[in-house]
Amino acid sequence: MIRHIPSAGLDDPEQWRGIVRSLLSAQVSPDLVTWGHDNTPGLFDTAPAPLAPDDAIRLPRSFVRLAETVLMHRADERFDLLYRIAWRLRTGRLVMADSSDADMKDAHLLAKAVSRDIHKMRAFVRFRCIAGEEEPHYVSWFEPDHRIVRANAAFFVNRFAAMRWSILSPDLCIHWTGEQLMESDGLPQRPNLDEDRFEGLWTRYYSATFNPARLNMRAMIKEMPRRYWANMPETQVIPALIHQQS
Amino acid sequence: MPKMPLTDKLAILADAAKYDASCASSGTDKRTSKDGKGLGSTQGMGICHAYAPDGRCISLLKILMTNSCIFDCHYCVNRKSSNVRRARFTPEEVVTLTIEFYRRNYIEGLFLSSGIIRSSDYTMEQIVEIARSLREDHGFRGYIHLKTIPDADPRLIEAAGRHADRLSINVELPTETGLAQLAPDKSSGRIEAAMGGICEEITATKDARKRFRSAPRFAPAGQSTQMIVGADGADDRQIIARANSLYTGYNLRRVYYSAFSPIPEAASSLPREKPPLMREHRLYQSDWLMRFYGFAPEEVQQAAGADGMLPLDMDPKLAWALTFRDHFPVDVNRAARETLLRVPGLGVRAVDALIRARRHKTLRLEDVGRLTVSIRKIRPFIVAADWRPVQLADAQDLKMLVTRQRPAQLELFG
Repeated sequence: MIRHIPSAGLDDPEQWRGIVRSLLSAQVSPDLVTWGHDNTPGLFDTAPAPLAPDDAIRLPRSFVRLAETVLMHRADERFDLLYRIAWRLRTGRLVMADSSDADMKDAHLLAKAVSRDIHKMRAFVRFRCIAGEEEPHYVSWFEPDHRIVRANAAFFVNRFAAMRWSILSPDLCIHWTGEQLMESDGLPQRPNLDEDRFEGLWTRYYSATFNPARLNMRAMIKEMPRRYWANMPETQVIPALIHQQS
Repeated sequence: MPKMPLTDKLAILADAAKYDASCASSGTDKRTSKDGKGLGSTQGMGICHAYAPDGRCISLLKILMTNSCIFDCHYCVNRKSSNVRRARFTPEEVVTLTIEFYRRNYIEGLFLSSGIIRSSDYTMEQIVEIARSLREDHGFRGYIHLKTIPDADPRLIEAAGRHADRLSINVELPTETGLAQLAPDKSSGRIEAAMGGICEEITATKDARKRFRSAPRFAPAGQSTQMIVGADGADDRQIIARANSLYTGYNLRRVYYSAFSPIPEAASSLPREKPPLMREHRLYQSDWLMRFYGFAPEEVQQAAGADGMLPLDMDPKLAWALTFRDHFPVDVNRAARETLLRVPGLGVRAVDALIRARRHKTLRLEDVGRLTVSIRKIRPFIVAADWRPVQLADAQDLKMLVTRQRPAQLELFG
């Protein structure tokens, strides 16, 4: 009897945790669960008994922390993988400390990709200052690899609390009013934002700090992949800088 | 003379500052501006906001206040006798660029250095004033790195440390003879005396802050220095020894290496070849071995050849292992942490993960493979439950075996 867990709400760590606890409590083995793909039930699927929530099931805190990061990843297999790990931890076949385990390694790889994405967002968001009616509004468009925007909001609040700003993205937009954080739906595509008056100076700085005697494109692209370039004004001069060098 | 536009000044004074390797913004206090006052935050880890086509991290607005200088250091593009165009920022201009760049999330903060104009004290005063204005007039809580002028009044250095996260003084050249020859206006005695003063101040402040939370801070991200590699005749062994004496003598956070780049209007006393980037990379790797892998400086020096130079075709850890083959293979299920850290290809994180994992199971080669990037490089040096390497081949064969791929030139700093 295959049990299907629909995707609605699964990316919310609280809801996900509730479902995992119920499944563990009902001793549902990982091979008997399918996750997320909201297709019609298979021919041989029967409707299983509804799950009862069970708060008595404890998940190790380090696992919950890892899962919160992995859940932000876009890979479909994340739910399957996390439940398999939860099941193996529960049945004593795996410990969190064993990173040499294949499942654990996969989970760490997903978490690492998410952490890198979080870090790159902090690095590569570029605000454009839009003159507002009262005070300036700093607006940015950013396309992350994974669903990290909400998790990254606190970083930008801690850094730019005295400014009014918005970070727009395809999944979710966040806005800081100067006092509170608001969310709105994602935008399908990049909005038109006027160039900022400091972009010319910044690009000039970027060009001047480059040392042509040390040209190393491979190292640059490894750390600053091309998919981020569209939102970074300074990257427009890269072809000219390389051309000038050679 | 007509006033120079800000863009031109920025181009000149960023170009003049780019030979300083450091762009680090890590290791300082944690600060935020969540209270809605001021601007900026810092956390343990720095952020590289962009990468230049040379692969280097751009974290800070790294500029000179002015590139005019009364000194005539041969290796320096800004030396008195050079014909480069000169410019000078006003303090307000530096403050505006820092704040406006920061608000747009281009940078983590400011790295300010300067040529010496009028006198050391006058120049240092100007530098301190910029940092003071950022902190006090604008509530700037981002990162500030100030280059310190060795001859400046200790009171000015003390003021610099109150505003800055990091202070640095460049020793410039690895040997005293090199310095005397190429930087006749500088003295290694004065440089080291100033580093000693900063070191004492950092220690005293840390101590005071343990007892009184309100004690003023002083350069919480410590002090660093830089050596130019390839401008004088120092070999790697001498450079490693010098770096070690600086780390232990002045408790430095980092010693940076800067491969000597041919500069415009170069003095005839200098090499004109391309910068020795691989050599610089190997020196950084040797620095890592001493700081994170428990290698004594003498041991790193043992990885150097008869000419006193680290091999360029392999990393110093591998070179050491090939020299001391009798230390291998190492049993991953039994060996102590410090022994595992000697295995070429095993990094600190992999070693720690391996130690955590082996408490719960006996590791096979496949398990070790999941903890590391390349098992192929490691295999000849380890024993696992189901693996024992054949007799370690002679050095040449082994070298072929583990260096089949060309070593990647990574930039380690940032």
